[in-house]
Amino acid sequence: MDFTIEFDKQQIESIENILQEELIDMGVQSVILMDLAGNVIANLDSGDKGHDVFSLAALAAGNYGAVSAMANIIGEQEFSLLFHKGEEESIHFSKVVEDLLLLTIFNKNVSLGFLRLKVAEAIKRIQKLL
Amino acid sequence: MALINPKKKEVQVKIVYYGPGRGGKTTNLEYINQKFKKRIQNEMVTVKTYGDRTLFFDFLPFDIGEIKGHSIKVQLYTVPGQVKYNATRRLVLRGVDGLVFVADSMDLRREMNIRSLQNLKENLETFNKNIFNIPLVVQYNKRDLEEEGIPILSVDTLQKDLNSRLKAPYFEASAVKGDNVAATMKKIIALTVTSLRKKLE
Repeated sequence: MDFTIEFDKQQIESIENILQEELIDMGVQSVILMDLAGNVIANLDSGDKGHDVFSLAALAAGNYGAVSAMANIIGEQEFSLLFHKGEEESIHFSKVVEDLLLLTIFNKNVSLGFLRLKVAEAIKRIQKLL
Repeated sequence: MALINPKKKEVQVKIVYYGPGRGGKTTNLEYINQKFKKRIQNEMVTVKTYGDRTLFFDFLPFDIGEIKGHSIKVQLYTVPGQVKYNATRRLVLRGVDGLVFVADSMDLRREMNIRSLQNLKENLETFNKNIFNIPLVVQYNKRDLEEEGIPILSVDTLQKDLNSRLKAPYFEASAVKGDNVAATMKKIIALTVTSLRKKLE
């Protein structure tokens, strides 16, 4: 099994619009839609901070794989949602479809509950486009 | 498979350095990082264990300019060489576009080279990929050890062991000294990008 989703220009534009409306506009700092090979498909940020998105995506893909292996050990197929809490910034990962992950970076001004809600909405809208 | 972003006109190419543990994969990337520092904007990422062995991978991204109006972002990865880390090795291979097999020239490592290449074939098969159809460059590393009186395998032997059927381009190299490190990288980038050209038209 390998990554096989291809995107056209219009799909990417629609995805970016969704990420802007659902996440960036509500105060999220940075959003990355990526595949599990570590490729960045779309990435938006609020302009406050320039993170190294390519390294983040590479590590996130590795992290996701490692955590999936942990899931298998305890008899789960996978953990479809991960959350890393920092003092100022936090990272939230969520699976979109097989092979696609949505990574969100946000600070203390955004509540985790609200973020999860908005991420779920964004994912639902992106799934319809694929 | 390389990711093509038609909106940004950008292509992300994944090249993986594979080979037995302690063979010099990370040293290859470290040398490239040093040598081309001015052109590499991002820091090299490495995930190591306490024993300084690569646990997950090393990662080095950089831009190599434009082809057919698309900017090309090359991402170099290494895999952990240690036999027990096969799960992470497979993970890093996901979506690979080009491969460098770094073989260890030391006499003692003959068996490990062969086993690692076999392991690469098997892991590629789990992604329905065939080692014969993917851009590949072989590097015989640690050629400099001969000067220090350490027994090394002849290139003929290495070719027979590893490359007799693959017939991939190969380089004699010393990652520590930097000999043929850039040449290996340039060759694999050229092969990989050529194989992508058709898709960009």
